[in-house]
Amino acid sequence: MVDKKSFEENLNELGESVKSIERGELPLKETIEKFEEGLKLSKLCVEELENAKQRIEKLTQKNGKIICEPFEVKE
Amino acid sequence: MEINLNISNVPESKILSISKLTDYIKLHLESDKNLINIWVRGEISNCTLHSSGHLYFTLKDETSQISCAMFRSNFSSLKFEPKQGMKILVLSSIGVYKLRGNYQLIVSEMHPDGLGILHQKFLQLKEKLEKEGLFSQEHKKVIPKFPKTIGIITSPTGAVIRDLIINLTRRFPNINIKIAPTLVQGADAASSIVKSVELFNKIGGIDVIILGRGGGSLEDLWCFNEEIVARAIFKSKIPTISAVGHETDFTIADFVADCRAPTPSTAAEIAVPDKNALLREIEHLRERLLQKTKRTVEFKKQRLMSLLDRPIFKRPLDFINQYLQQIDDLMSNSCKATQNFLKLKRKDLEILTVKLNTINPNAVLKRGYSITLKKGRIIKNASDVKIDEIIEIMFQKGEIKSQVKEVKNG
Repeated sequence: MVDKKSFEENLNELGESVKSIERGELPLKETIEKFEEGLKLSKLCVEELENAKQRIEKLTQKNGKIICEPFEVKE
Repeated sequence: MEINLNISNVPESKILSISKLTDYIKLHLESDKNLINIWVRGEISNCTLHSSGHLYFTLKDETSQISCAMFRSNFSSLKFEPKQGMKILVLSSIGVYKLRGNYQLIVSEMHPDGLGILHQKFLQLKEKLEKEGLFSQEHKKVIPKFPKTIGIITSPTGAVIRDLIINLTRRFPNINIKIAPTLVQGADAASSIVKSVELFNKIGGIDVIILGRGGGSLEDLWCFNEEIVARAIFKSKIPTISAVGHETDFTIADFVADCRAPTPSTAAEIAVPDKNALLREIEHLRERLLQKTKRTVEFKKQRLMSLLDRPIFKRPLDFINQYLQQIDDLMSNSCKATQNFLKLKRKDLEILTVKLNTINPNAVLKRGYSITLKKGRIIKNASDVKIDEIIEIMFQKGEIKSQVKEVKNG
């Protein structure tokens, strides 16, 4: 399994890509590479934010066993 | 009459006015260090809240009483309602009210009495754990910026759990929340909190713990001041945010926690990022990426275009034509030079021809002279010939052969 980078790492890397392009010192080839990499990272970040499904669970212990059950918020 | 006489003997300078006397008393009482910022215990009586927002009351014990005033600025931060008969502790200083000539306690802080022992315990434990380094900054764990799962330790019912879930979900709709239903008040609360902290550490996958409870009295919040709770938080591998009581209530748990939030909703803000703000940030970065790359490419393209605009690329033949022209120039130059040279030579030739003509023997013959030869050689002296020798004589036209008759040497 490929080591998946965390959201934080991806976001940081995206920021770095932008900065290195903004410095305007990169050769064209590398600029395009960084650009493509940045687009990929931004997509990864958004996916990470959008894809996760929320779960709210309640943990209880009975006879040393941990029981996980959905938790309803009471208004 | 005698009395009158005595009075008239008192010098005017020895007689004090009421104002002067009161000023003197005021100065002495209010500058006495033993009467400034003192803790006083007593029971409230005659309590009146004036429409100005100032509170006037009397504090008494079995044998004495004293007037007290608590001004609005201090009274407004009070978290309980002072009532007749209530035993309280006040932090106060003696003040003299000139208009009525009475002294009173000016109260800056008021606390219900009877918590003395608990408060003492709190201070002792705080000092002990502080010395051990449980509160020190170097032990604080970093709260992760982008947690996936939040563990909540609080009562499963009530406002705190609801506030936390609502605020966490509002900021980050896909955040996972695990709740450890916990007693947060009463005799079993401390051990219940410890169990929950340990449970979260055992199951793993929890990025941040929020330890929450609503406001309450010092007794209500007491479980958060228990040593076992402090040690469990300290031992926890998971960063902990405490959100216990009101903004102004500090518990030992707050000091040990890696971060203290004044309210549950603040705890939610600290624990999870605002998803919409993050999405905006990513969009903003993407926009910058796009714009800057576009500009970089445009810039390089422009440089290329300006290079292609140079004459060498625009009219490449110019370069060659220039040389061709140069060659033409050189050619025509060399032609001219050759002609000049020939002209010069021709002139030389003419001059030589003229010169040659002048020495041409024919020219001599033309003028009527003749040339005498012996065996084809020109005779220059008479002694070159001998009598009877045959000699030839050349004329302009024709020649004759003759025989020498006589030789006269000149």
